[in-house]
Amino acid sequence: MDMELITNILFAMVRTATPLLLVALGELICEKSGVLNLGQEGMMLMGAVLGFIVTTLTGNVYVGVLVGVFGGMMMALLFGFSVQILNTNQVATGLALTIFGTGLSAFLGYSFVGQSIDGFHSINIPVLSSIPIIGKMLFTHDLLVYLSFALFGGIYWFVYKSRAGLKLKAVGENPHAAKALGLPVIQIRFMAIAFGGAMAGLAGVYLSLAYTPLWVENMTAGKGWIGLALVVFATWRPERILIGAWLFGLASILHLVIQGLGFEISPSLLAMLPYLVTIVVLVMLSRDPIKQKLFTPASLGKPFRAGD
Amino acid sequence: MRDTEPRLSLWNITKKYPGCIANKNVTLDVQPGEIHALLGENGAGKSTLMKIIYGVTHADSGSIIWEGHEVDIKLPTDARKLGIGMVFQHFSLFETLSVAENIALAMSDEEPLGITELSTKIIEVSTKYGMPLEPDRLVHTLSVGERQRLEIVRCLIQDVKLLILDEPTSVLTPQEVDKLFDVLRTLSAEGCSILFISHKLNEVKALCHKASVLRQGEMVGDTDVDTASVDTLASMMVGEQTKLEQEYEKVLGSETALSITKLNYFTSDPFGVNLKNISLEIRKGEILGIAGVAGNGQEELFSILSGEIQIQQKQALTINQQDIGALNPAQRREFGMSYVPPERNGRGAVEDFSLEENALLTNNIGNKFGKLNLKGIKQFANDIITTFNVKCHNSKTAASNLSGGNLQKFIIGREILQEPTVLIAAHPTWGVDFGSSKAIQESIIELRNNGAAVVVISEDLDELFQISDRMCALFHGRISPVKPATDVSIEEVGRWMAGVFDEQEAAA
Amino acid sequence: MNFKIEKRAEASELMRWLSPFIAIGATLVITTLFFLALNKSPLEVFYNFFIAPVQDLYGVSELAVKVAPLMLIAAGLLICYKANIWNIGAEGQFIFGGLIGGWAGLQFLDVNSPWVLVPVMLAGVVAGAAWAGIAAFLKTVFNTNEILTTIMLNYVALNLLNFAVHGPLRDPAGFNFPESAMFNSSAAMPIIWQDTRMHLGIIIAVIACIGVWFILSRMHLGFRIRVRGADEHAARFAGFNAKAITWFCLLISGALAGLAGVIEVTGPIGQLTPSISPGYGYAAIIVAFLGRLHPIGIIFSATLMGLLYLGGELVQMFLGLPMALTSLFQGLLLLFILAGDLLITHRFVPKWKKPKADEVPNALAEGAK
Repeated sequence: MDMELITNILFAMVRTATPLLLVALGELICEKSGVLNLGQEGMMLMGAVLGFIVTTLTGNVYVGVLVGVFGGMMMALLFGFSVQILNTNQVATGLALTIFGTGLSAFLGYSFVGQSIDGFHSINIPVLSSIPIIGKMLFTHDLLVYLSFALFGGIYWFVYKSRAGLKLKAVGENPHAAKALGLPVIQIRFMAIAFGGAMAGLAGVYLSLAYTPLWVENMTAGKGWIGLALVVFATWRPERILIGAWLFGLASILHLVIQGLGFEISPSLLAMLPYLVTIVVLVMLSRDPIKQKLFTPASLGKPFRAGD
Repeated sequence: MRDTEPRLSLWNITKKYPGCIANKNVTLDVQPGEIHALLGENGAGKSTLMKIIYGVTHADSGSIIWEGHEVDIKLPTDARKLGIGMVFQHFSLFETLSVAENIALAMSDEEPLGITELSTKIIEVSTKYGMPLEPDRLVHTLSVGERQRLEIVRCLIQDVKLLILDEPTSVLTPQEVDKLFDVLRTLSAEGCSILFISHKLNEVKALCHKASVLRQGEMVGDTDVDTASVDTLASMMVGEQTKLEQEYEKVLGSETALSITKLNYFTSDPFGVNLKNISLEIRKGEILGIAGVAGNGQEELFSILSGEIQIQQKQALTINQQDIGALNPAQRREFGMSYVPPERNGRGAVEDFSLEENALLTNNIGNKFGKLNLKGIKQFANDIITTFNVKCHNSKTAASNLSGGNLQKFIIGREILQEPTVLIAAHPTWGVDFGSSKAIQESIIELRNNGAAVVVISEDLDELFQISDRMCALFHGRISPVKPATDVSIEEVGRWMAGVFDEQEAAA
Repeated sequence: MNFKIEKRAEASELMRWLSPFIAIGATLVITTLFFLALNKSPLEVFYNFFIAPVQDLYGVSELAVKVAPLMLIAAGLLICYKANIWNIGAEGQFIFGGLIGGWAGLQFLDVNSPWVLVPVMLAGVVAGAAWAGIAAFLKTVFNTNEILTTIMLNYVALNLLNFAVHGPLRDPAGFNFPESAMFNSSAAMPIIWQDTRMHLGIIIAVIACIGVWFILSRMHLGFRIRVRGADEHAARFAGFNAKAITWFCLLISGALAGLAGVIEVTGPIGQLTPSISPGYGYAAIIVAFLGRLHPIGIIFSATLMGLLYLGGELVQMFLGLPMALTSLFQGLLLLFILAGDLLITHRFVPKWKKPKADEVPNALAEGAK
């Protein structure tokens, strides 16, 4: 393989990994608070469709991004209200959110299918982008990719260095003890859920405004679910989410690699790869119950009511 | 009233929950530097009252007066700002965080997170009171005693004026209790008020200046501890019922029913305890009491005896010379074994299921070809309800609608009515009111008298001394020597619980 | 809010019955607002959704065609959900059952015997069970979360189907369309109503529901399943074999989904195409919940869901609204059903007023200032 191919593959890997990174980082924060939200697909699709519609109507991608993020957040708050105030089952409610978001986004975007917009463009960062390989891989992207890097840095600091991050972990670890200490468990969880939704919305926006600037029904194609698996893969650590997202990004563009090497394989079979990789990775990780228990937020998925 | 202003006054506190009144017009004064006991049976409303003071829950009516001013304590943070600290019975700690991080979480938001500075302060404060702590240790690696220290230090680090301790001695060895009392006396001498929640009269007598007694949510009176006798306190606590410690006849069994031989178990649970070289003979017609501070391997031992954990060393567990180590709980029940687990809801019973369904849980009553015998199930449930005087609407009532004591009677009844030859019970009367706990103890004694072998694993030494015929203790997954209950003192068992015993002797 | 939510002392039986209807009502209210905002007459939309499809007997027979797979799949999912096993993979099990059943059907294109039905159906059942069995294997041996594995397997199955109809199973005489040859009618479920497409599947689905009811409420096996679902610790304490239960539940539900798949492919669709499922596997999740996780409830909820599919097609045809409306309805409905459960265990009570200051003695009240 020549240098250019490798460089191009790495570049495409980072691009493809961006929505995965965003949605997984959001879910990471949500799960750290002890809430399992399986509604990623729904929230991403809502972010994608709203971002696309608003951009089409206003001609301004930034307004599109804001509305898309807001849409993802609203979906998440709907979920939060349901599981925290109405005490519904987190797994079932997350599924409902996915089904609802799939339907609503398809409905809203019905008349926008096939339209095209002027999405985000790449911005080469001076000096840095001329570094061999790394330059093209990391510094020739669009604004949203750079934003995802910044968000990664911020979340890394938040989780490991901030008091708020410590509180978040405490709530996810033992909400009853957190409440006994006076931490506002429900509020903290609401914020974590909303953040998760905003990130999923951003991930969706990235798909419809930057990755492929158009709207297609169900365009996430399971990326939200892969994001969920990524959080498990990363054992709830942000730095591993980054690595995981890149690995999955690589798996998703493997057809490029294989075509580059001159092989002929059915695209349908290659399209299975990211899903199969997810299963294999999950299996490898879940084999060790001790690690699972140590790293999983202890209250994950379990209900906590204000009156408890 | 003394002429000093009380540090804390509660005035007419009332708190209702759907279907019960936890506190009714409760009034209470705590003076500066006073060690004040709050006595009461399980379910008398002590914990609710403390949670109201600490801002974890809120009273429906009534007021809290702190140093002469009415205060509205909305959150524990408000309580901590006033100088109120609380040590919970079930600790409010975070297993995967470090000691310092646990303490940082209770500090005010205005201060920076500064874990390093905090660590220095932790070492300083904890050494001063003789409760050493390592700030970097993760909580799940701490013993129960160390966790309690952490909870206390977490309060002390913020200039506490009133320290509330909810049943603090239930997790300690007698020797550790003495040490804790020393710390509390020092604090009291420094002017810190202490609210000491307990149902153990001897401890109250040894430590406290004053005692207030709660019964069914109402304050029945307070008294100077110096002048009141244990009997007076006891009758205040349980009312008409005379709480004379029931004495049961002690017997020694002969034939071995269940034997544990050189049992070793390595846990896969990061928070668990390994069991090391445990050998025990459980004999027909006697009760073996296993003492120990929580978290010394009781859960593992119970699960291995019940079959919830199956072991590789099949022959380490034998019943009538047959190896049962690899059998699951249902298969072991075929050998006449029966168990009362430490958790009532969520192990011994399924909360949302009816009593009939819960009766079926451990007794496959006359089912043919996998088809349920609905009549037989109903009959069995009703037998338990009548024989064990379980207070409930009828056999269709959900387990979650029963009080703790009644559900425990139902579970004990379910196991005993199956006429087991070996019964393993984990703290059978924990959190149960006086009436039910007497009934439960009597039924266990009767089972013993009928020739069954009984093991009681409990953290409550008083209870163990009351009903056991022979006793031993678990420490760090090892078992102490076994002695007849009549030949062993509470101090000796206390030493066993702290790990002071000769292993050679134990293994023998 | 002037009300607060309070736990009931005992669960309300009335609400257990009413809550699905409340959920349906709430869904209608929200969607009404939605249509008003879009300048569509809600009455017209609802008429086309719920009444027009079943105005004639043909419509009723078409409804049965839609209901059969939903009911079959939901009956199996119900068993899983009762055991707290989150099989989200019915879609994949349906597709894989259809794919392998379809492959079997293609082997008998020229055989005109009623016996063809047996191997074809069996192939679908076994394939569906095997697909779910992968998740059971991973869960029992490697402790892998079944939610994620079953979801991932949905996408894998869909891609396998795509691969098959674009490649090995494509009809050589089909002008390069990604479709298989048409099946022989003897590979399809027998039609039970002449001149319609209504087939034996609907009867099998009802029998499956009754069978599931019998297992769950009259057999010790069902009891074990329910205990495992309600409380894992209690199940272990009782000595029930969790792994065996996991296998049983996933295999049964996979088998039923696979059966639904092969019935659909060889019957109403008649050939393998890239889109053999309009999301039946996901819709069946809603059917199971809307039916209150009760087998008899499923018979009704599957009918409603079938109507949504049928109505969705009509609305698309006559009102120009997208088919996505169906999944919008479904999602909302599921959200409301879940929320409605709160009414069973909780109730709304007016907020009690806080005690007023004048109840506190004056001296103390002054001290507070």
